[in-house]
Amino acid sequence: MIKVRKLVKRFGLKTVLRGMDFHADQGEFVALLGPNGAGKTTFLRILASLSRPSMGRVNIAGYRLPDQASAVRRRLGVVSHQPLLYGDLTAEENLRFYGRMYGVRDLQSRVAEVLELVGLTPRRRDLVRTYSRGMQQRLAIGRAVLHDPDVMLFDEPHTGLDQDASAMLDTVLREVAARGRTVVMTSHDLARAADLASRFDVISRGVITASVKRDEIEPNNLLAFYRQALQVA
Amino acid sequence: MDSKPRLLTIIDIVTVVLLLIATYMVFFYAPQEAVMGDVQRVFYFHVAAGWVGMLGFIGAAVAGIIYLIKKDRKWDIVGLAAVEIGIVFIFINIVTGSIWARPIWNTWWTWDPRLTTATVMLLIYFAYLMLRQGIEDPDRRARFAAVYAIVGSLSVPLTYFSARIFRTIHPIVIGSGDPNATGSFDMTPMMLQTFMFGLLTFTFIFIDLFWHRIRLGRKADQIEQLRLKTME
Amino acid sequence: MTIESESSYLPEEQGTPAASKVAGFLRAMGAVVWKDLSAELRSRELLSAMLIFALLVILIFNFALDLDPATRREPTITAGVLWVIFVFAGTLGLNRSMAIEKDRGCLDGLLLAPVDRSAIYFGKALGNLVFMLMVEFIVLPIYSLLYNVNLFNPGLLLVILLGSIGYVAVGTLLATMAVQARTRDILLPILLFPVVLPVILAAVKASTGFLDGSEMDVIRPWINLLIAYDIIFSAVAFMVFDYVVEE
Ligand SMILES: Nc1ncnc2c1ncn2[C@@H]1O[C@H](COP(=O)(O)OP(=O)(O)OP(=O)(O)O)[C@@H](O)[C@H]1O
Ligand SMILES: [Mg+2]
Repeated sequence: MIKVRKLVKRFGLKTVLRGMDFHADQGEFVALLGPNGAGKTTFLRILASLSRPSMGRVNIAGYRLPDQASAVRRRLGVVSHQPLLYGDLTAEENLRFYGRMYGVRDLQSRVAEVLELVGLTPRRRDLVRTYSRGMQQRLAIGRAVLHDPDVMLFDEPHTGLDQDASAMLDTVLREVAARGRTVVMTSHDLARAADLASRFDVISRGVITASVKRDEIEPNNLLAFYRQALQVA
Repeated sequence: MDSKPRLLTIIDIVTVVLLLIATYMVFFYAPQEAVMGDVQRVFYFHVAAGWVGMLGFIGAAVAGIIYLIKKDRKWDIVGLAAVEIGIVFIFINIVTGSIWARPIWNTWWTWDPRLTTATVMLLIYFAYLMLRQGIEDPDRRARFAAVYAIVGSLSVPLTYFSARIFRTIHPIVIGSGDPNATGSFDMTPMMLQTFMFGLLTFTFIFIDLFWHRIRLGRKADQIEQLRLKTME
Repeated sequence: MTIESESSYLPEEQGTPAASKVAGFLRAMGAVVWKDLSAELRSRELLSAMLIFALLVILIFNFALDLDPATRREPTITAGVLWVIFVFAGTLGLNRSMAIEKDRGCLDGLLLAPVDRSAIYFGKALGNLVFMLMVEFIVLPIYSLLYNVNLFNPGLLLVILLGSIGYVAVGTLLATMAVQARTRDILLPILLFPVVLPVILAAVKASTGFLDGSEMDVIRPWINLLIAYDIIFSAVAFMVFDYVVEE
């Protein structure tokens, strides 16, 4: 589903991604682990077609980036650090707006369905400006799944969520994965990642230094594995 | 890249020699203009500086277009170099113009089309530098600067045309203009020679400074690269 | 890819590619305009700010220039004051309209959508144009009332439309750059005013022409200039907009 070869990303003269190789099959749920500044967000932004690779090949669902970005975008759902929502619109209007941008069919019922899924139906007519951080994050997740994308990118999606919302997110994530969607998620929470993901990749200084499938590792050993992977670099 | 190219040294020397000759020609070779007297001698460097200022503007726009196509940092450095040189010369152009206008038009300044256009050009140059100043990310800075240089270069001729539809008192010495404009005059052959020589000299100054500035920009880049390397 | 994994909510590509592309373009552009208008019509923050600002400028001009009643009705003064109002109120609007996109990362949200970037540009520009025209058409009667001049002249309305189009075409592009800079609060007027000068010049001249009943021959060059500017700058902004939003 996702194939990345020798990806290099520079900001000016600073090289952030240094020849990264990555791939994820359909239905895989990859947790990207790594210290602050390792390049996780940079990598996800490139997959999301928001940032151009300086060098290397990126292929998603059979389409090349950046030339076939439009086809890729149709199949992508993204939850980023920021909620990507309009404060002066209600939750319902936000979803309806994005639904139109994606050309979602049966918009009315789909919006209601998504609002139900993220548990915001009672507050759907309130301005997003008045939402708490966690509620905004819930809606951001709703926004990302609205068009039922094949590939989902989550950048630290659990930040700012309470227990209920985290559980809701986990349900959404599991459900998405169970339906054969591909998920890439960055996280600093090893326990949570261990619960959800089917594969763990460690990224350090712009390259992937280790990768392991869930059935190849004891959940308890994940921390040791992560530590060791950082030392490789 | 590291040692100074031979050609650049040659251009350095030629430029200095040309400038000396041009200065001599302006003050001693060209005859005194009958009506305006010695202040007319400003004209030679005034027009030449305006010419270089315009070269800078065109250079920045062209470098901008190439940058957007190629995304090569080199062209960002070229664009910035063109703008910095352009600013200096447009400024010289405006100051010499004022010196001339004071006795001839009886004022330091009027809102004549060319003066307006020169001012707008200067303001666009300054805006370009402020835009760069406000952006940290070097790639974004380069892209925005390129876009702004292109937009600015399209706007300047439009400003000129619209200001031109007003009546102008600026003399148009080159090309047929309104002979009644205050301060216009006919060039004698010796004046024309001095004038052309001035243009040539300033073109050399432009090329020379341009080259030096680009080299400087690339050196700064290399230093930055080394700094980043040692940080790792 | 299995059938199961094909999204059931996205419309299939239908009709000829060209036709569906145009439809998608218009749909996205309409969505952007609708979003801006409905947010604004609810809060009315922007429109009221622009309007109050416009009134303040009228007030300040009244005293700063200490105009006697006869001069106030001079077409040159009227056209000049009107365009100063439009230009400054316009920057307020442009800045705010792009700041909204930057606030919660919405610009990224727009860029993630599978639509042409130019649809986003034209959507934003159209929204900005609507706001500007709304302010202008409220300012005109107020100005007429306060200074007892008749501003309901179809020629003047045409000039205001053409001038605003040119202003918004470049303004939307430059505001998109300005909000992405560290100095975003101060940058827009500095970038915009020198570039938009020919529009203002032509608009003021053409407005004066219509107000003092000049011959069409005198006014036409200015109208042509406005049209030329509108076309050139819409086209250029359309071509380079990609570069000011993409990384
Ligand atoms: N636009 C930019 N311009 C310059 N440098 C950048 C830019 N974006 C990111 N970087 C640099 O790239 C490196 C990787 O950043 P990135 O945001 O990808 O890290 P991360 O792995 O997501 O970290 P975190 O865990 O803190 O979210 C950092 O050193 C950062 O300073
Ligand atoms: Mg990050």
